[in-house]
Amino acid sequence: MGKTLAEKVWDAHVVRRGEGAEPDLLYIDLHLVHEVTSPQAFDGLRLAGRKVRRPDLTIATEDHNVPTTGIDLPIADPVSRTQVETLRKNCQEFGIRLHPMGDDEQGIVHVIGPQLGLTQPGMTVVCGDSHTSTHGAFGAMAFGIGTSEVEHVLATQTLPLRPFKTMAINVSGKLRPGVTAKDIILAVIAKIGTGGGQGYVLEYRGEAIEALSMEARMTICNMSIEAGARAGMIAPDATTFEYLKGRPHAPQGADWDKALEDWRQLRTDDDAVFDAEVELNADELTPFVTWGTNPGQGLPLSERVPNPADFADETERLAAEKALAYMDLEPGTPLRDIKVDTVFLGSCTNGRIEDLRAAADVLAGHKVADGVRMLVVPGSMRVRKAAEEEGLDKVFTEAGAEWRAAGCSMCLGMNPDQLKPGERSASTSNRNFEGRQGKGGRTHLVSPLVAAATAVRGTLSSPEDL
Amino acid sequence: MEPFSKHTGVGVPLRRSNVDTDQIIPAVYLKRVTRTGFEDGLFAAWRGDESFVLNQEPFRNGSVLVAGPDFGTGSSREHAVWALMDYGFRVVISSRFADIFRGNAGKQGLVTAQCTQADVEQLWKLLENEPGAEVTVDLSEKTVQCKDFVTTFDIDDYTRWRLLEGLDDIALTLRHEDAISAFEATRPSYKPVTIAR
Repeated sequence: MGKTLAEKVWDAHVVRRGEGAEPDLLYIDLHLVHEVTSPQAFDGLRLAGRKVRRPDLTIATEDHNVPTTGIDLPIADPVSRTQVETLRKNCQEFGIRLHPMGDDEQGIVHVIGPQLGLTQPGMTVVCGDSHTSTHGAFGAMAFGIGTSEVEHVLATQTLPLRPFKTMAINVSGKLRPGVTAKDIILAVIAKIGTGGGQGYVLEYRGEAIEALSMEARMTICNMSIEAGARAGMIAPDATTFEYLKGRPHAPQGADWDKALEDWRQLRTDDDAVFDAEVELNADELTPFVTWGTNPGQGLPLSERVPNPADFADETERLAAEKALAYMDLEPGTPLRDIKVDTVFLGSCTNGRIEDLRAAADVLAGHKVADGVRMLVVPGSMRVRKAAEEEGLDKVFTEAGAEWRAAGCSMCLGMNPDQLKPGERSASTSNRNFEGRQGKGGRTHLVSPLVAAATAVRGTLSSPEDL
Repeated sequence: MEPFSKHTGVGVPLRRSNVDTDQIIPAVYLKRVTRTGFEDGLFAAWRGDESFVLNQEPFRNGSVLVAGPDFGTGSSREHAVWALMDYGFRVVISSRFADIFRGNAGKQGLVTAQCTQADVEQLWKLLENEPGAEVTVDLSEKTVQCKDFVTTFDIDDYTRWRLLEGLDDIALTLRHEDAISAFEATRPSYKPVTIAR
């Protein structure tokens, strides 16, 4: 029997097969590090007198805590500053390459890996961050780990793991104009639920997936974790190779040819069998938004806020009641009538150049509505520079949006960019959890196109409403 | 890591599904660089509410959390496990755990006992009818007991063995250092490095 893409990558990294209940020992090709989930891991190494086994397979950046304005000044919050300074000290002590605040290559960890060409097909990639699944867009096996595992990878460059089950997400058909990768993944999560992918690695396949750019594929793989899956993958193809070619860390010359030969084998065999399969038709998709407090609580923008009484499952009904109370929404309200205070364009989900281009296209010639604040936060300083070279920053600032420096920003309430209690956002990020964007803040997850249209109208909208 | 075999403590019914790690500990509490002291961030948003279960007297000193399905979804932050343990929890019971949370718990000695949702409902009823009732979790037997109610739970055998023995993963892996070096020697030359060696 043939193998799936995930099984091929797994098998190529087994250092040692586990016996009986014992897990396999898996080799890790690339370890991404940031300031939040690493300090206790470095401390653990020091306590045990251990070194970093492969600093040359490790790279660090500052993203979660960093402010996105005044980046030439010291970080105002002393606790955030300590965490960032701790990372700097640790990287120096253990010999790890770091892209600190202000550096040309600084940015969100999941934006800079692909951008530098460090994320390549067939690799294993880990980071102490659940959105590491992003890198699966290149046909890599990439997943988030906890701090104990960060320490384990630093010390051994391996992880003991049991193989994941495999799930195919088959997306047939063709996306209509105005419908994006974000709408695909929000629809997938609404369909299989936030626990639907638990224990699985998802492989996104089919005509609609093959037609996507690398940026769009990253958006999809990024939110695999919101469906409960640690990893999501897409088989590498000409689009992948085109993206990689010439990047700073991409193979060159004879190495490029050898790499291509290997990468072309990274496809699920025709006779391989998935443990589960899910079907989705891209033709039927429309812009999708969330109404609740978990990413599975989403609906097409044309729908209304659901009535909890309509949920057959008691757990889901209870969850919907709590979500509507938190979100301060009435059942039956058209989603298009929901007013927002803030629009956030950015994050590891939608902070890449293509996302900025798409939003700028919608915003051009319009103004951000009165009473609405729009934050545009590039995923990396490179993305910021590229956008400025194209004049996108002008489009945003002329529309009345704020043009910021790179970081995780308002995706999570950890830096100065936060919602105030009771404020409501349309956000291109990945989590609408209670308080995720700031204590008491309310989040609607949307695509960059919906974010831009919403900024103009002040209520949840798609570009066709303009 | 302390070995874990059996634990008895006050059960805490948490009637919520999809308790994500942002609820267990909001990001603003993740800025510390130490490994202890995270108990103040545990369920921070909910603890401001007088009616929240951990603000009720007999539950305040709980050590066995009984939660709804999909516990620990979201962010990979191990701080969620540290916060639960720093507060005093030794066991979480749920019908479904998020993968990363479950992995993190296993590294730190927090037992994630997976029961059926029917068993969780039964435990909720018992704990709500008699606040302060104790729950006994026996890892070697894989059983949960509360009053006269006894049921079994699932946990993978390898994690169970490590928890029973209190073993450190890194030391276990380093027994295979030769195999790691041998594997490294076979890596293709085109694979990237972040710095020149």
